Amino acid sequence: MLLLAVPGLLIILAFQYYPLWGNIISFQDYQPYLGVGKSLWSGFQNFSVIFSGDPEFLNAVKNTLILTLIQSVIVFPAPIVVALVLHSLLSNKLRQFVQTIIYLPHFMSWVIVVAIFQQVLGGTGMINNWLRSHGYSPMHIIGNVEAFRALLTSQVLWKDTGWATILFLAVLSQIDRSLYEASAVDGAGRWRQTWHVTLPGLKPIIILLLILKLGDSLTVGFEQIILQQQAVGVDASDVLDTYVYNNGILGGNWGVAAAVGLVKSAVALALVLSANKIAHRLGEEGVYRG
Amino acid sequence: MKTTSQRQSRTMVGGMPMPGVTERAVKAVFLTIICAIVVLPFVGVISTSLAPAEEVTKAGGFVMFPTRGIDFTAYRSILSGGTVTQALLVSGFVTVVGTTIAVALTCTLGWALSRRGTVGNRALLLLVLISLLFNPGLIPSYLVVQQFGLLNSLWAVIVPVSVSAFNVIVVRSFFVGLPNEIIDAARIDGASEWKLFRYIGLPLSKAVIAVIGLFYGVGYWNSFFNAMLYLNDSAKWPLQLVLRTYVVNGVELGGQDLGLSGEAAPPQTSIQMAILMISVVPILCVYPFIQRHFAKGVLTGAVKG
Repeated sequence: MLLLAVPGLLIILAFQYYPLWGNIISFQDYQPYLGVGKSLWSGFQNFSVIFSGDPEFLNAVKNTLILTLIQSVIVFPAPIVVALVLHSLLSNKLRQFVQTIIYLPHFMSWVIVVAIFQQVLGGTGMINNWLRSHGYSPMHIIGNVEAFRALLTSQVLWKDTGWATILFLAVLSQIDRSLYEASAVDGAGRWRQTWHVTLPGLKPIIILLLILKLGDSLTVGFEQIILQQQAVGVDASDVLDTYVYNNGILGGNWGVAAAVGLVKSAVALALVLSANKIAHRLGEEGVYRG
Repeated sequence: MKTTSQRQSRTMVGGMPMPGVTERAVKAVFLTIICAIVVLPFVGVISTSLAPAEEVTKAGGFVMFPTRGIDFTAYRSILSGGTVTQALLVSGFVTVVGTTIAVALTCTLGWALSRRGTVGNRALLLLVLISLLFNPGLIPSYLVVQQFGLLNSLWAVIVPVSVSAFNVIVVRSFFVGLPNEIIDAARIDGASEWKLFRYIGLPLSKAVIAVIGLFYGVGYWNSFFNAMLYLNDSAKWPLQLVLRTYVVNGVELGGQDLGLSGEAAPPQTSIQMAILMISVVPILCVYPFIQRHFAKGVLTGAVKG
């Protein structure tokens, strides 16, 4: 029966584990025509870009961290709020209806989302057309360096807020009804119930998702940014992933790009492991035990 | 005079007091706005793709509610055998072939990992689980695809993502939950492991297989970054890359790219919106089917994984 496992395992080994070997080009002066076998070793030279504070690299780090921060503060709580509102609805039908609509954008590709945003907010888009025809001056949003972070954030909100409510709603539906009854007998109104029953019920899943988010904090909006980078330039938009793509695949600095990618993966892994530890200290389940 | 508990029993629902009028109004407005923000852009895109040329030109490029009838010229011109038609065929191929392969590999691996008591089973499960924790990295992944000779081949878009460890775990936990009695009975009757999988495992798991199939399908239909990374030849471009070039970057599609000969091309906006619609429609078609099952599928993975 293990024969059945072979094809699937081969794919995982070939495309998840085997690439780990490719990271050795971080320590090489990699030349594509020589290949990994024959390229010369260069020690830690590729890493010097990182540790000597190359301005382009620092810019990418800065943008990455700022975007992660914005997303943790704005994008993360949004689905919790929506889930709380949906949970408090009395009609199951209405809740189902709203859920059906707000899950939809999750299934659109980033290309579609970016295209739709251009059509709505662009110079000749829906909103500016309306503004012009009603005598207001149009807004310059697409391609505007200053509005870029807000644009990215609203795209993420539009695409995935609805979808992210799924988990919260599932957890909310597990909360014991008798807790609400007991608190009502004690005189709790709707707000107090939300504060003392509903939110504590959500606490474990919120902590779990925050930990996972921390592990991803060096990964923000790759496809989304690649699609829109031309319009706003590298200064405003470069993040670590686009830095690796632009320098490695497009720029041919394979070794440097691989080194940045390697450090990024290592830091991300360390962040997940330590966040998990912290969660245990706080007496929470965390992602896994061990 | 009524006692407190009597008053409560009349105004309580599921342990919570009835919401007041203000609360209900605020929620109604909130939810209406959210739904409108999701739905209205789609309405605008559909309208513009269907509005007659002169109305689009007059409106300055974007029509919210077409008033002068419906016109399919934009769709006819992109489907008459040019760049977009070609890309549509490529996307169809990648989606159908990719999903078939992915479902087959995921189910067989999931089944093998769900059988207890086999040598090495725990170790293999761990191998799959650990792969969820790290990302192999962009450059090394590219080198591997290059080394396998897959550059500029549609297989580079299909094969590397054909086994998602997460989906394997979802399917596996479903197989683990199947009643052991049936499987044991079939085994006593002499069914081979393949027959158990084929005649018991698969038929009992249609729902979960449909869900992961639709997830893979949507993923392949939407695949953009790998296609951009690995396909140099624009004749092999899937729809997402055509969408990027001609809609997001605004490169104009000439009469030749459209496959038109001699006729006047419809306004660019109409063409762009029609391309956008063509890439959205398949998802809208399968959406109701996923929607019914996905919450369950996602939760199985999240809770038991």
